[in-house]
Amino acid sequence: MLWSFISRTRGRNRFDLTDWLTWGYLIFGMLLMFGPVLWVAMSSFKTDAALSEYPPSFLPLATQTAMVKGYDKPLPLYEITAGEHKGSVLAQIRRIGLNAQMVDPAHPDEKINVKIGDRQPKRELTFAWDNYSKLFKRFNFMRYFWNSVFITVVATVITVLFNSMAAFALAKYKFRGRMVVFLLIIATLMIPPTINLVPIYLVVNELGLVNTPWAVIWPAVATPTGVFLLRQYMLTIPDDLLDAARMDHASEWRVYWRIVLPLAAPAIAVLVIFSVMWRWNEFLWPLIVLNRSEQFTLQLALNAFQGDLQTSWSGLLAMTILTLLPITIVFAILQKNITAGIAQSGVK
Amino acid sequence: MLKPLNTAAQLGYRTAFGLFELPMATAQKLIGIKRIAWMFLLPNLLIFGLFTFLPIILNFFYATSGGDAILLAHRPYVGTENFASLLSCTDYLDPNTCRRDVFWRAVYNTGWFVVLQVGFMVAFSLLTALILNRDIPWRGFFRSVFFYPVLLSPVVVALIWKWILQRYGLFNAGLEDVGLSSVDWLTDANWAFFWIIFVSIWAHMGFYTLILLAGLQAIPADVYEAAEMDGASRWRVFSKITMPLLMPTMIVVLVLSLIRAVQAFDEIFVLTGGGPGSATTLILQYIYETGFASRPQLFGLAAAASILMAVVLLVLTLLQLRVTRGQAEN
Amino acid sequence: MVTKMLLAGCTALSALAFSAGIANAVELRFQCYQDGNECQAWSEEIKKFEAKNPDIKVAVDEVPYKAILESLPVQLASGSGPDLARVSDLGGLAKYMLDLRPHLKDADYWEKNYGDELKWTRVNGPNDNGIYNLPDQLTITGPFVNKTLFDQAGVAMPGDKATWDDWAKAAVEVAKKTKTPYPMAMDRSGHRFAGPAISYGAKYFDGKGNPITVDDGFKAFAEKFVKWNKDGTMAKDVWAGSGGATYQDASQEFINATLVFYLSGSWQVARFGREIGDAFDWEVVNSPCGPAACTGIPGGASVVGFKHTKHPEAVAKLLDFMAQEDVYADFIGQTKAIPANKSLQEKRVDYPDADSHVKKALAAFTIAAKSLSPRAFEFQGYKNNRAIMNATAARITQAIVGESTLDQALDRINADIAEAVKASGGAK
Repeated sequence: MLWSFISRTRGRNRFDLTDWLTWGYLIFGMLLMFGPVLWVAMSSFKTDAALSEYPPSFLPLATQTAMVKGYDKPLPLYEITAGEHKGSVLAQIRRIGLNAQMVDPAHPDEKINVKIGDRQPKRELTFAWDNYSKLFKRFNFMRYFWNSVFITVVATVITVLFNSMAAFALAKYKFRGRMVVFLLIIATLMIPPTINLVPIYLVVNELGLVNTPWAVIWPAVATPTGVFLLRQYMLTIPDDLLDAARMDHASEWRVYWRIVLPLAAPAIAVLVIFSVMWRWNEFLWPLIVLNRSEQFTLQLALNAFQGDLQTSWSGLLAMTILTLLPITIVFAILQKNITAGIAQSGVK
Repeated sequence: MLKPLNTAAQLGYRTAFGLFELPMATAQKLIGIKRIAWMFLLPNLLIFGLFTFLPIILNFFYATSGGDAILLAHRPYVGTENFASLLSCTDYLDPNTCRRDVFWRAVYNTGWFVVLQVGFMVAFSLLTALILNRDIPWRGFFRSVFFYPVLLSPVVVALIWKWILQRYGLFNAGLEDVGLSSVDWLTDANWAFFWIIFVSIWAHMGFYTLILLAGLQAIPADVYEAAEMDGASRWRVFSKITMPLLMPTMIVVLVLSLIRAVQAFDEIFVLTGGGPGSATTLILQYIYETGFASRPQLFGLAAAASILMAVVLLVLTLLQLRVTRGQAEN
Repeated sequence: MVTKMLLAGCTALSALAFSAGIANAVELRFQCYQDGNECQAWSEEIKKFEAKNPDIKVAVDEVPYKAILESLPVQLASGSGPDLARVSDLGGLAKYMLDLRPHLKDADYWEKNYGDELKWTRVNGPNDNGIYNLPDQLTITGPFVNKTLFDQAGVAMPGDKATWDDWAKAAVEVAKKTKTPYPMAMDRSGHRFAGPAISYGAKYFDGKGNPITVDDGFKAFAEKFVKWNKDGTMAKDVWAGSGGATYQDASQEFINATLVFYLSGSWQVARFGREIGDAFDWEVVNSPCGPAACTGIPGGASVVGFKHTKHPEAVAKLLDFMAQEDVYADFIGQTKAIPANKSLQEKRVDYPDADSHVKKALAAFTIAAKSLSPRAFEFQGYKNNRAIMNATAARITQAIVGESTLDQALDRINADIAEAVKASGGAK
């Protein structure tokens, strides 16, 4: 049953070499793409000590402990691998040099000496949930989340609006200066904003935007990439459609909004994905213009775990997963719409 | 669950239309249909001028001044000194003879990186798109699989792979498990270069796959049916039908991926720190390190390097545009 | 009825108090980065301060270190930024710092307890006696040794006056006998490098403050260090694994007992205590000797106020509160750091809930703090030290991986520093 489902092929009934290769590629791809993320997710449940362990384990393991009569604290359990007590499970009281002083939990009175090379910690699956609970105690998580969402959504809406308007003008009108404007935009297409950080900061500071979300939003919305992408797509929309609407006395705005925008939906979908990713993951620029904790975004909070000399991995990983979660959920929900939106261009 | 969201979006869409229609229609009456294009361009140009163009011009002032002051008023004019020091080499092919050896190493690294990364990434994206375009079950799921890493922030991508590749990482643990000796994935210059290409392909491939997939699906089915009737081989169909029809999408993919490759920085910086030595230092990292991370911060030198970079990129873009237009006219 | 009235009265009263608080409240912004739990520890102390001074509110903004290193200078230069910050680049930011002296009741207390570290921010000429920084964490570089590995190998640990060569020989022997992959490692940082270099006689700068980075002492240690990296005495991954001035440590190797001798610093102690736990015995030993000295190098972070603040009085009041012995001792105890405060160094801070390894290590570092070479102390306050340290890390690595010869690398260190000095001199 399952087999016939998997081996469903286009028009033919044979499961041939191409199909084998296809499935091999897909499964290999899945492991390669998901594996590392899954590993990080697992690691985010490890304690700091387990994180610096080598060789690393996939599952978060921690040494088992047991309460032994006569001792205040729980003692770690070890399996004895060699020597006289081979095979038994003992609790370690303390380690002195190369020997460990151990005790059998069943006979708490008798102390046993074991060489440290002869014992293996007995481990079990333990999720260090407090990596996460610590975060909520330390950060105003919902506040950062809201800031990130606000910046991402508002910037994306403005980006799509402004870029598509500009792209429409560049694609569908012949006016003097069109080439100049287009070349200006193209010229900056490849220049990464990172190299202009200082001058941009000076401008933003002059405008009094520092420490407001607009300091992140405004400089980001006039993306040359977006204009380029949309213009190239709009060039493929036939002028006849526009002219037909103009015959019906539609204003230019109506032509743009009612005809060009819906037809450019696939390209806009691509731009939306781009914009959401950029704004959600942006770090360097917010770092410079947002320095009050009530304005922080999730990425800034995430990086607060990186100090001068040390990095708190357990916190960093847990925060990574929390930052990843919202965008994963949104993607999972909209996934069909995104692909469907792009696929619609095929119907056209 | 999506229904109220959809309704809300449609409502917003309509409201926005109404909001803008009156001013835009009035403007159209006032300035005429010919010049209405400027009204459409205005918001984007305003922002663009303020936050992109003005800073680029300011950058020229930085490039021609020295010292470590941040405010332009405090910086002494030094003319072309910054450019001259970047360009002073006795032999341009051997960075060791240059005054700024790391700059030239970064230039060569970036060149290699862009060529290899874009080449392999486009090839793999195309392959993946072709496979996902086949009639396979769970197609939506597999599309998401390949797209997922695109959602990760560059820092996260780099941290993930750093754990896997470091001396005490997953790969070496695996090698030792099967009795092989461990490899210096990130401390051997060639391996490190391989991995920065691999990781950036891993992280960005999904996006281009999606665009190419859209392009593939835009090819009408009847074209294929006609070819099938003629009994054309698969390779023939691919090279004579699929590829030419996919060309416009391919150009978008090439342009976008080139931009990304030239601007590659975050993930590589976190993954290798530009090392070993300067084997994976790319041009943007050089600019960032001179201008920000070093003490004192040499903004002038960084600005000069960024202008040199921008000039090269501009020339490349114009060339590319010419090629693109040639393609479009064909 | 009575309850109702009482309740109403209370509400009115608290509303009054609240509005009064709003009207007079001074709000200070404190930009703080942390390696461990420093910001949380300060927040705790600041709560006590706010309780005592209801008219001052302090907002602690916990930022990534990158923000302090890269964006704070840009903010300060354009006249914005927080009222206070926890910073590590003291020389570079000194020109923006607020002189607390006019606002302090007892400046002598500061001089007496933090005198050595206060010098690090006095960059305005020889007559500068300003009080600019509260050193809230003194760090000392020094070696950690895995004692258990020495025991297993049956090799005696070199003594207090042992040289670098002694330690290298012993570490290699231990590594060979116990099949440990790495005998020695040193953090990838020009700061860590400076300790042994000074021990070998490097001067770094002359009496007038001109840099003389590459001298015989510097060269001697650089040669040794490059050779050790090439022959496997030093863990090559640490330095060769990165580029530029990127920082890289080897604490993971040490925690996993794959490293015998690790030159790092006091900030690692808390982490080692937490993550090594009972797995093996580790110790902090005296810095190995070179021909000139046996020294590590100090460092650390300071909390500073900035000139542009609108409330210098409040900033000074807060810093003075933080500097007081009981508050400071509490902070040091929580963060498991070495106190810069002289009288606390004498009295020894009690570190609550620290295990015996940690206590011993912190005590060893506290003692080492008092016996540092004077040159090491001066280097930390030397205005070009960041440029020197960055160039060291970047260029020595090039020699290690073979991108250039050692001589070329040393020449380039000199050239880099000359340029940096020129750039920062040109600013005035």
